[in-house]
This record gives sequence, C-alpha cells and structure tokens, in this order.
Amino acid sequence: MIDAKARVRLAARVRLRFDRRSGKVVLLYPERGLELNESGARIAELCVETRGVGELIELVAARVSDAPRAVIERDVLDFLNALDARGLLEVTRS
Amino acid sequence: MTSAGEPLVTPAPRPYALVAELTYRCPLACAYCSNPLELGDASTELDTATWGRVFREAAELGVLQVNLSGGEPLARSDLEALVAEARASELYVNLITSGIPADAARLERLTRAGLDSLQLSVQDTDAGGAAWIAGRDANESKLRTAATARSLGLPLTLNVVLHRGNIARVPAFVALAEELGATRLELANTQYLGWALENRAALLPSRSALEEARRVAREAAERLRGRIEVLFVLPDYYADLPRACMDGWARRYLVVTPNGLALPCHQATSITTLEWQNVREHALPAIWHESPAFRAFRGEDWLPEPCRSCERRAIDFGGCRCQALALTGDVTATDPACVHAPRHDLVVAARLRADAGSEPVPEAPRPLLKLRRRAAG
Repeated sequence: MIDAKARVRLAARVRLRFDRRSGKVVLLYPERGLELNESGARIAELCVETRGVGELIELVAARVSDAPRAVIERDVLDFLNALDARGLLEVTRS
Repeated sequence: MTSAGEPLVTPAPRPYALVAELTYRCPLACAYCSNPLELGDASTELDTATWGRVFREAAELGVLQVNLSGGEPLARSDLEALVAEARASELYVNLITSGIPADAARLERLTRAGLDSLQLSVQDTDAGGAAWIAGRDANESKLRTAATARSLGLPLTLNVVLHRGNIARVPAFVALAEELGATRLELANTQYLGWALENRAALLPSRSALEEARRVAREAAERLRGRIEVLFVLPDYYADLPRACMDGWARRYLVVTPNGLALPCHQATSITTLEWQNVREHALPAIWHESPAFRAFRGEDWLPEPCRSCERRAIDFGGCRCQALALTGDVTATDPACVHAPRHDLVVAARLRADAGSEPVPEAPRPLLKLRRRAAG
C-alpha cells in the first residue's frame, strides 16, 4: 500500500489528455482508458512529475478548501492505490 | 410512427478504438491469421494522406486509441509519418508488430514520431512450434525488438495466440513476459474464423489443456498484479456463453482495411450480403453513423430468438456474426458458441473431436497446416 512517505509518478505508458466529447480528463494506456472524475483528474495531473505523497496531499488540500483534510488524504491514497494496482504508477517507497 | 422530436434512429454509440490495418504484407504466414482469405496487393493500399484523414475523422468520432496493425505495419515505408499523423490527432498510438525486421534505428524514429506502445506477437517459445504455425521461426528478431523497445522506454505488450500446439507452454510465455519486462501479456486463444477455421482440427485444444493453461494464467495474473497485466481469453468454443464480439457490433471498435474498407470487425468482409463502404468515398463519421452495414446488427433490435428474450442480450448481443455465418450459413443466427443456440451442436462436435485427439508431443510430426497466403507486394 502507498502511504504518505512514498514518492509517486505516473508510469511512462500513461498519457493524460482532455476528451472533448465527455468534457473529462482521460488516462490512456495500452488498449485501455479510464475516464477520470474531477478529483481523480486533479490528482493525476499532479503526478505527471515525481512527488512525495505528503506534498501531493498538501497541494490537493490547497485547491479543495471545502473538504476536511482527513477526507482529502483518504481520497488521494485510495486513488493512488487504485492506479498502482493497475501498474499505472512508479512508486518509490522510502 | 415516431412522435415529433424523437430521433428516427437511435444515436450510434461512440467508438473508442480504431484498428488501422495498414497493409496485408507480412513476413509471417500464421495459420490462424485474422486477415481475410482473399488478400489484396500493396498497390491498392491507402496512402499516407488518406490515413491521416482517417485518423482525424476517427478522433472526431471519439476514438482515443489507434492500433497500427496489419499484416506487418513495419512493411509500410511511411510508418513514421503515420505515427506522427495519429499523434497529431491526439490518439494513443499502439504498434502491433511481429518484430520483423528488428531495426533499432527505425524503432527509435517511430518513438520520436510519437509511438506510445509496442505490442509484439510471439508465436511460440519453441522454435519448431513457431516455424510450424507461422512458416518460419523469427524468435531471435522478436527478442531483439523487445530489447530495443525496452531500451527506448516503450511500454511492451506480448501477444500470444494460443492453440493446441503451444497451449502447454503458457508457463514459458509468462516467464518470457517477465524476462522481457513487458507490462501486459495477452494470452488470447485462437478464435475459429477465417484461416483458423480452415485449420480448426489441428488447432483447437482439448478441454484439459485449456483448463490447465487458464489455471497457470490466473496464478500469474495474481502474482504479477501491478507489474504485468495478464489477460487470458477463452476460445468461444469452450466459453458456453458467447463473447460480445468487439464489445458489440459497431459499438466500440472500428476497423479500416489496407484498401480502405471500414468494418466493425476484422472478419466482417466474410459477410458478403452487406455492402462495405470505403473511406476513399465516404467520410468515416458518415459510415459509422449511417451505413446500413454498421447499423445491420447494432444494438438489440435485430436479435433473433432465443437471444431476444435472453437476459444476456445487452451483454453479448447474440455473439459473433461472422461465426454464426461461418458455422450455420445464417448471419442472423444465434452464435453457436452459446449453449442456448439452436446449432450449439456444431461447437460441441468440434470440441469432442479435440478431446478425442492425442495431445501433441514435441518429437511427433506436427499436422500439416494451411498457412496464410502471402499478400503480393
């Protein structure tokens, strides 16, 4: 499982792009695609560069001022773990 | 009667993937090839500019991924330009290749042009088996291509078409995927259409061999989760329930053939009662939305019984049309792969023959196959 001490980045095979048809950000990888909701898109876009998960949570929290910090932290970790289970993240665990 | 304001035609679903069959030229001659039995020659292939337009029109329809396929797409001298055109339309570009020839400089140019991922076919880890099924053993070239892809940072998918002759080597295919650093392994059983149907007696595995392969694949998928995505596709003949072929007729996928025919699946030209339109004469969106052939089996309205009253009708859409036609002679029949199909006996009989045959052993002579014909270059 990914925790706040890990560093993460989207895997090389992932491409993020805006999909005009759905108005959503899609995450593409070989033979597959995921349509991201607003919160997923926000997190994924921050993972284009390598970041510490703690920093990532801070950045998301700064942009979403109306949600409790604990909820944001859980959302970020859930999303990252879902990507990791599909092999879509490069994770460095300290 | 349709009430005012209600659309006359249900809007077409959105295609997500385009299979661009760039050429039928190929260095291999696999006995299960999905190309049609009749191949055109290279002089009728679409040119670079027309493919560029096809990519733009596909993107406009909603397509997100393109598989540059064939035949062997490396046989096209303009492949770099085609990759760049596809990327310019924001498509995720997958190259589907035999890995022949292994040309590191070319792969580097393709990567610079915007190639996103490479899917390499592996016929068999056993050289004799590879030569038997494909007409030649090209594993050395394939291994070099895989190594080049890895050194360029190109994500690598291995695709293995399984059949009686190689299904016992699923453990070796898994090991190869790990060794080569693949991120995806497709273990896709042969589906018995076209060339594969011609060779069915030699290729259909027994149930016990299939079950063992499935068990190994399941274990590998579990063990490699998060590292390698392992996909195992059953042959329709053993599935009992039909596959939603291409996720449903003209629902998610579009195929364009080397000479420009737009199809809902690779095999669709076997349905000669439908008129297939060419992208040289029609825009892709018009074909997708309006052509009678694309609308013929789209959705559920056309379904025969027992599909029409089946609770799975919106899951499998009656199965594969090409298979229904090839086995029963009736393109609107329920896919005989289904246990509820009136002609399921045809599939059962083929399975019984497969179970009665002896398992192939490496030292025994292999049965003669009808290898795919070569496309004239």
